[in-house]
Amino acid sequence: VTAAVVDAQTIADAVGLGAVYALMAVGIGLVFGVLRLVNFAYGQLVMAGAYTLAFTSSWPVAGSIAACVVVVVALSLAMERAVFRPLRTQSPAVMLVTTFAVAFLLQAVALLLDVRDDTIGEPAASLAQLNQAVSVGGVDVRKVTIVAVLAAAVALGLLALLLRRTSVGLHMRAAATDFPTARLLGVRANTVIGLAVVLAGVLAAAVAVILTVQFPLVTPDFALRDTIVVLVGVVVGGIDRLWTATLGGFTIGFATGVINGALPTDKTVFLPSAVFALVILVLLLRPAGLFAPRGSGAVERV
Amino acid sequence: LRRPLELLGPAVVVAVVGVVATFVSDSVEIYFLSALVSVAMIVAIWVFVGNSGVLSFGQISFVAVGAFAAGVMTVPLESKTGVLPDLFPVLRDHTIANVPSLLLAAAVGGALAFLVGMPLMRLSGLAAGIATFAVLEIVHNLLREWTKIGPGATTLSLVPETTGVLQATVGALIAIAAGFAYARSRLGRLLRASREDAAAAQGAGVSVHRQRLWAFTLSGALAGFAGGLYVHLLGSITTEQVYLELTFVTLAMLVVGGVGSLWGAVLGALVVSGLDSFLAEAEQGIRGLELPDGTRLIALGAIMALMLILRPSGLTGGREFGIPGR
Repeated sequence: VTAAVVDAQTIADAVGLGAVYALMAVGIGLVFGVLRLVNFAYGQLVMAGAYTLAFTSSWPVAGSIAACVVVVVALSLAMERAVFRPLRTQSPAVMLVTTFAVAFLLQAVALLLDVRDDTIGEPAASLAQLNQAVSVGGVDVRKVTIVAVLAAAVALGLLALLLRRTSVGLHMRAAATDFPTARLLGVRANTVIGLAVVLAGVLAAAVAVILTVQFPLVTPDFALRDTIVVLVGVVVGGIDRLWTATLGGFTIGFATGVINGALPTDKTVFLPSAVFALVILVLLLRPAGLFAPRGSGAVERV
Repeated sequence: LRRPLELLGPAVVVAVVGVVATFVSDSVEIYFLSALVSVAMIVAIWVFVGNSGVLSFGQISFVAVGAFAAGVMTVPLESKTGVLPDLFPVLRDHTIANVPSLLLAAAVGGALAFLVGMPLMRLSGLAAGIATFAVLEIVHNLLREWTKIGPGATTLSLVPETTGVLQATVGALIAIAAGFAYARSRLGRLLRASREDAAAAQGAGVSVHRQRLWAFTLSGALAGFAGGLYVHLLGSITTEQVYLELTFVTLAMLVVGGVGSLWGAVLGALVVSGLDSFLAEAEQGIRGLELPDGTRLIALGAIMALMLILRPSGLTGGREFGIPGR
């Protein structure tokens, strides 16, 4: 067996992927915190943002990104109003399956919009120059990796400030701990949920911008695979807390990046089996999450 | 599940679908057959998910192994070395008939479910959901890459198309009867007790792990059986056909019908299949009504989402078949 060579560049790319997945994990974790809802359709928010970037690629870059944020946040709010709100009292299983249906619906709509020009897939290339590498301490790092890491750091920093230093952040933390009691004490459910949904939308838009740089061809299943991987990472990390969920998302992205970069393709065919076997093992040993503090209560029942 | 009517109702409905299928044209018959195979699949999933209250994304992996076991073992011997050259010799040099292949599919599905269920049935909630999803991923990965046990990433073709009206109807009825028998047995009642309150059931001496494992194994066997019916219906299959999309569609069928009852599983499978078939035909144009291409998927997604939002307990509300007023 030849020793797997993990060079600095692979590590840099893996950190970039981990940062993107951490952003998605925060988006999923925020909504789960206040609604107890696993939003499988989160990937379709990213997909909608990516299509917006593709359809506005003739615009100035700033305008294109602004359009992306507007579309994704609007869609995120619409999803909350039309789907999440009527389901608030339902079991987690019903909520999850409904978000499947929403994801399915959004993909079908995207397909219909996409095939108007008789081809599947639209290029979103306005930020392609971010794929150029810059040398950081002798290592070639693509600019988009730096953007991803900076975006994740800034987003997490601002979020931490919001949650720790503002009263609405306090309300959100209270809602995430015990929603019924928080409401009894005067926390406005719709404000807290609305804020979580808007923040999740902004994060999805950021992910759309970063992912389209790396994968410029936007298709209806854009970000679907990433969402599944992030959901696995979030649960393995521990979905009950925002920081364990985020760490779970980062870890699975980083691990995927390192393994894919280090092993030649012909040796990675059974890699998904190995990774998912590891996921099962972690879940059996730490069902509340890998990073959850020891002795933290039983896991949510579905 | 007490009264015979609760078995008879769904069984009669399925039988009627089977009888109607003999009167329609060949191009429409396929819709009826796939609806009947869906019934078998959804009942298989219901046996575990409905009775245990634990969400599983892994049941389609048992459909997959059943489909590939039945498919690989019924490809005619003379073409086998040509289309499946890398198979283990024991698989390559033998071919079995249709009915044994369905039994084999059930056995393989049940055995795999028992093996993975032993550790996994300790989990509940989201952890169980993700762990069973991991099973789906592992089985898909192995079937796709390991050419000694199957066709790998290529299409498995030349499978005899033996799932006709009779076999599909009888297959669906077998699944319903097995599901009914399990649900009204002692084991089924113990598992439903643990679904309502796991701690109380455990306190009363129910081994939740063991009861879930029984249901998971039976569900796996029925799912494997349904996979066998499925591959003999299609005649050719790829690993992608028994993976994510089928997992989502089958779970949606179960939830649309109502997770809590056998009748819900049967009704959900028939209603969603019927809707899907109608929309597919409408895209081709029926009686002056012609929908543009692509509306089928949108309408299906929208209707499923609307049903789940407006009636989250499903069409049956989780109740068994009954005649109103009785």
